[in-house]
Amino acid sequence: MYAFEFHRPKSVSEAAALLAKSKGKLIAGGQSLVGAMKLRLASPENLVDLGGVAELRGIKREGNAIVIGAGTRHAEVAASKDVQSSIPALAALAGGIGDRQVRNMGTIGGSLANNDPAADYPAAVLGLGATIRTNKRTIAADDFFKGMYETALAPDELITAVSFPAPKKAAYIKFRNPASRFALVGVFVSQDASGVRVAVTGAGSAGVFRATALEQALAKNFSPDAVKGIKVDTAKLNTDLHATAEYRAHLITVLAGRAVAKASS
Amino acid sequence: MGTSVSLIINGKTVTANIDPRMLLVQFIREHMQLTGTHIGCDTAQCGACTVFVNGNAVKSCSALAVQFEGAQITTIEGIAGANGEMHPMQAAFKECHGLQCGFCTPGMVMSAIDLVKRHGNSLSEQAIREGLDGNICRCTGYHNIVKAVQQGAANMKGV
Repeated sequence: MYAFEFHRPKSVSEAAALLAKSKGKLIAGGQSLVGAMKLRLASPENLVDLGGVAELRGIKREGNAIVIGAGTRHAEVAASKDVQSSIPALAALAGGIGDRQVRNMGTIGGSLANNDPAADYPAAVLGLGATIRTNKRTIAADDFFKGMYETALAPDELITAVSFPAPKKAAYIKFRNPASRFALVGVFVSQDASGVRVAVTGAGSAGVFRATALEQALAKNFSPDAVKGIKVDTAKLNTDLHATAEYRAHLITVLAGRAVAKASS
Repeated sequence: MGTSVSLIINGKTVTANIDPRMLLVQFIREHMQLTGTHIGCDTAQCGACTVFVNGNAVKSCSALAVQFEGAQITTIEGIAGANGEMHPMQAAFKECHGLQCGFCTPGMVMSAIDLVKRHGNSLSEQAIREGLDGNICRCTGYHNIVKAVQQGAANMKGV
């Protein structure tokens, strides 16, 4: 790990000012960043720790939506009665990230800002049409993810909360890589008055994406049979040592069907 | 370029000026000389470095010590009774032969206690295997580990 200076702001405004001035990196739970720094894949000269920013923590209801503070840990989202009752698919997703120890440290804001192409939360945010709130503005899920590890966030911008509208039905199915526990493919399906959304993580060469062919089929008929036989285009899917693009394409259709069945049960 | 940090480790407040690169596990092992917490993989896979932070199990190899300003840390050394008697979970690992080489054991015991705190004293085999997802035994001695956790969980009633 390369040397850096460590900063402990107490508020969002102080954190943003430190970030702008130092041109450093934010650290939330650090479950991706510390590992990347150990491998020297990341080498920030300044690290701004959000662990002491109390206003970023917590879960609340706002009308039909669940609003989760960016510093809320995965284990807290999984155990939240509000999330479990309004969006059980989101609580289940949070409870399936990594392992217990990782869920006790990792945060939703950290996961989204990192935008790992195999992370779980991006699928929920895109699959539910959530809204990202930052210290400067709000960003729709469809405008937030900009490719592998890339987001719409400006260098001095930080996520403060995420607002998830409660859907009529939703489910997330993940096909885990048994070693890393990341999604080889994960599919989040939701249905509400505005339509059907199908978000896929782990498979796309540019990170999380919406599977529009599946969405169209499910909008007409929200049942597992509706997606059977649909071939997902492999052109923008990953081939790596874990799986080929063809295998991932196959998994997307199969998991989407299972997610629809689960959402309807 | 040191950073000051204050932690409460096994009930004792410690303040130190450290290189911010120091991992929590290095602080515990090298600064505090508490070598019961092990470094196995150093990549957040194996869980041998599991400790409690404010009561929650975390992997101390994958976090910086300076992230835990003011936090209560409990290591494997901190779970024994006042007179040094083994914690019921440690005793169960001994009785059930829940270890072979013993390297993963401190982390297994910490994760097992965390599991009991969340799910109670009556644990199914499946709940234990899922709950220990973040801990690896490279002797692959899982069968007796599951037995030990089941017995330790039952013996933790009222603890």
